[in-house]
Order: sequence, then C-alpha cells, then structure tokens
Amino acid sequence: MAQNVLPRTVQRLIDTFARLPGIGPKSASRLTFYLLRDKDNLALDLAAALQEMKANTRLCPVCFNITEEEPCLICRDEGRDATLLCVVEEPLDVVAIERSRAYNGRYHVLHGAISPVEGIGPEDLKVAELVRRVQQGNFREIILATNPTLEGESTSLYLQRRLMHEKVKITRLARGLPVGGDLEYTDEITLSRALEGRQEL
Amino acid sequence: MPRERTFRTEAIVLRRSDFGESDRLLTLFSKEFGKIRAVAKGARKPQSRKTGHVELFMCSRFLLAEGRDLHIVTQAELVEAYAPLRADLVRVTYAAYACELLDRFTTENDRHSDMYDLLSQALGWFAGESDLLLAARVYELRLLNMAGYRPQLHECLHCREPIQEQDQFFSVALGGLLCPNCQAADARALPLTAVAVKVLRYLQTRPWEVVKKLQLKRPLQHELENVLHHYLLYLLERDLKSVDFLHRLRREANLFAGVWQNLG
Ligand SMILES: [Zn+2]
Ligand SMILES: [Zn+2]
Repeated sequence: MAQNVLPRTVQRLIDTFARLPGIGPKSASRLTFYLLRDKDNLALDLAAALQEMKANTRLCPVCFNITEEEPCLICRDEGRDATLLCVVEEPLDVVAIERSRAYNGRYHVLHGAISPVEGIGPEDLKVAELVRRVQQGNFREIILATNPTLEGESTSLYLQRRLMHEKVKITRLARGLPVGGDLEYTDEITLSRALEGRQEL
Repeated sequence: MPRERTFRTEAIVLRRSDFGESDRLLTLFSKEFGKIRAVAKGARKPQSRKTGHVELFMCSRFLLAEGRDLHIVTQAELVEAYAPLRADLVRVTYAAYACELLDRFTTENDRHSDMYDLLSQALGWFAGESDLLLAARVYELRLLNMAGYRPQLHECLHCREPIQEQDQFFSVALGGLLCPNCQAADARALPLTAVAVKVLRYLQTRPWEVVKKLQLKRPLQHELENVLHHYLLYLLERDLKSVDFLHRLRREANLFAGVWQNLG
C-alpha cells in the first residue's frame, strides 16, 4: 500500500471531502487534485463562500428554514397566505415546492423525518415548535408535505395524531407520488398536481 | 470488456441509505443468497421505474448485475408491499424491529432461506394481526432458534434437573432457565413466573395459527417482552434502534393519552 506519500494538508482535504454525502474516496481525491491544480483561485473562492455561508446563515426562528435574515423572507412576506402552513422535511423541499409555483403560504421545516429504523423520534425534529406554532397561529390548513417514503409517511401519521385536537384542517399531498421517492427530485408538474389534489386526513 | 454477470433473486429491503446523486444503497435479505448490498440507481427520483419497488420492508423480485463490492439493481418488480405497515406507526415500528434483529443476526452472503421465510411471514403478521406483542415474541423465538440460540426452557442449566411447575429464573448468559435452587449460578438471572415459562414453551413449539388465539394480559406480555429483550440485547451486545424507538413511542402514548393503540 502506498501510504502517506501525500502531504498531510492534501490528505486532510481528501478526508474532509469524503465525509460529504454522496462523495466516496475516489471523488474526494479527484476534487482535491482539481482544486490543487486550478489556476483561477477556485479554492480560495470556495473557502470564502463556505466561511460566509457559515457566518451569515442561521435557522429562521419562525419556520426553521435557512435564512440570512430573521425572520426569513418567506415568513415576512405580507403577500403570502398566512393561514396556510406547509410542513416539509428539509430546506430543499421548500425550494422544490417554490419552484412548482403552486403554493403561496408559509412553511415549517422539520429538519428530518421520524424513523423507527434509525431511531429518530419527534423530539429530534422541530415538532414541538410546530405544535406550538399551530396552537398559537391562525392557520386554516396544515399541509403535510413530507416525502412519500416510509419515514415521510411515519412523520405524517405522527403529526396527524399530534395535531388531531387542534381546530385546523390537516391535508396530505395527493397520492400519485410513487412510494420511496424524494420530494426534492419531483418535477414541478407532478408536485403542483400533488399540491392541488391534496386530501384531508 | 467481459460481459456483465446478472442474477435473479427475491428479496426484502432491510435497510437503505442515500447514495451518490440520486441513488439508494440497499441492504437486501434475499431468499437465495442471504444478505447482500446493491445500488438502485436513480431510486430517489419519483420518475424512476425502480422507485416504487425498492422501499423499506418491500419484497420484490430483483435482477442484479454482479459487482465486486456492490451489486447493481437492473430491475425490480414488487411482490408484496405490506401496505398496512406503512399506514400505522406502531406496525411500522415492529416491522423495523423484525428487520433490525435479522440484520444483526446475519452476515453478508450467508444463505438463510428459513430466516427469509420467517421474515416475510412476520412482516405479514405485523401488517395484519392485532396482537403485535405476541407476534413479536413468536418471531424472536423462531429467529433465536434459527440463529442457534434457542433458549433452554425444559431443564435447569446448572443442575440439569427437569424444570418443575413453579417460578424460575432466566439466565441470559447461560441462555435459559435456572431452577430456584440454582439461581445463584448467575447473580443476574431474571425472575420468571411459572406461567411465563409455560407460555414461552407454547410459543416455541406451536404454529402461529394456534398461538395467535392466546389472549395474554398486559403484565404477562411485558414479562415475556422483558426477558426476551434482555436475552437478545445480551447476545447482540448493543441496543437496537427500533426498540429504543418503541419505548419512546410508549412514553409519548402516556403523554398524549389514547393516541396509540396496540402499543403494549
Ligand atoms: Zn421563516
Ligand atoms: Zn437447578
């Protein structure tokens, strides 16, 4: 085995890249050597962008989406319907739903999904915050837009029970999203149809 | 380039994780080859043809291309989705438990067609039966048996005398009963009532169709669960995520009274 022939700093970057989801040791090396050879300051731009992102973003204290301002732009937008609340697993799901242009209400980002398999329970997510928000807010409808996966369905089942005594309509995205897919990868047309066809639980 | 070798098998999806851009890495328990790992390319995209067939706890017929480390799913055709599991958080927790236990008791590429049949049967129980606790106990006993850890319930593991009809002790370290005279042989042996011993023997030997008619009181259900969980955790040397999750659900059930049924 050819070990330790790489300088420590280079190896460190490879190892760090390899910790990212979807990046294996080979891709990590490829990215590292690309940055090493690059002449356009890409490495420095990347470092600056990373630093700025970490320094300037936080979670919105209302909806828990990532934001640079508090509350976030969606939460403070008066043009949006403040009586509609769409509950999603991840910030990327907000992006996907916004792209569909079929929704003009507010969001709540859970930061994950309930998983009996991984042992992730409601207390690991922004669930208590959601319940409090529903109890204090004037929502007429809560749309459960978790993924059509086992974990997304489990989360939706759980939230349905937790919110069942609140005087608010609870709906779920229409079926037709195939079981096991991720919302993030759903095309705009399918997603807007799923929103329009949402069903009361 | 050498031609890609492909093979077919029926398998249940035990675990899955996100992989690459939009793929899923599946841990499959197959009837013919035991536990294997395979990548389902594009399976996070709803428009992929594989997506609806490779979700957790689904049983599908797979066509796999053999790889050095990982196989690649070329086709997947659903056999059984166990749909009611997905509509009930308690049922899905038991399904997760069944899969996690089996995953922990097996190693990759180790053929166990008996365990495969047991798992597919158990997923059916957890999807359809009303007494999930009883189904879980039967599953545990069968799995222990197949894995070579059948608990000894007929003679004392210390003095070798036959077990009398009275309260006994269960030693997880020895894998079975110690009579009241020999309980000191394992200071950590758990007390076990005479009726629990009787029920365990019954569950160990009778078919599910007979066993399912039993109606056990909650304290007895919990005694059986407790002794078997202790034994399993001792053998596996680590906590099970799904058991932890089940306990959390139960704590919640106390907080939000009447919210969950058949939780135990
Ligand atoms: Zn916000
Ligand atoms: Zn004895």
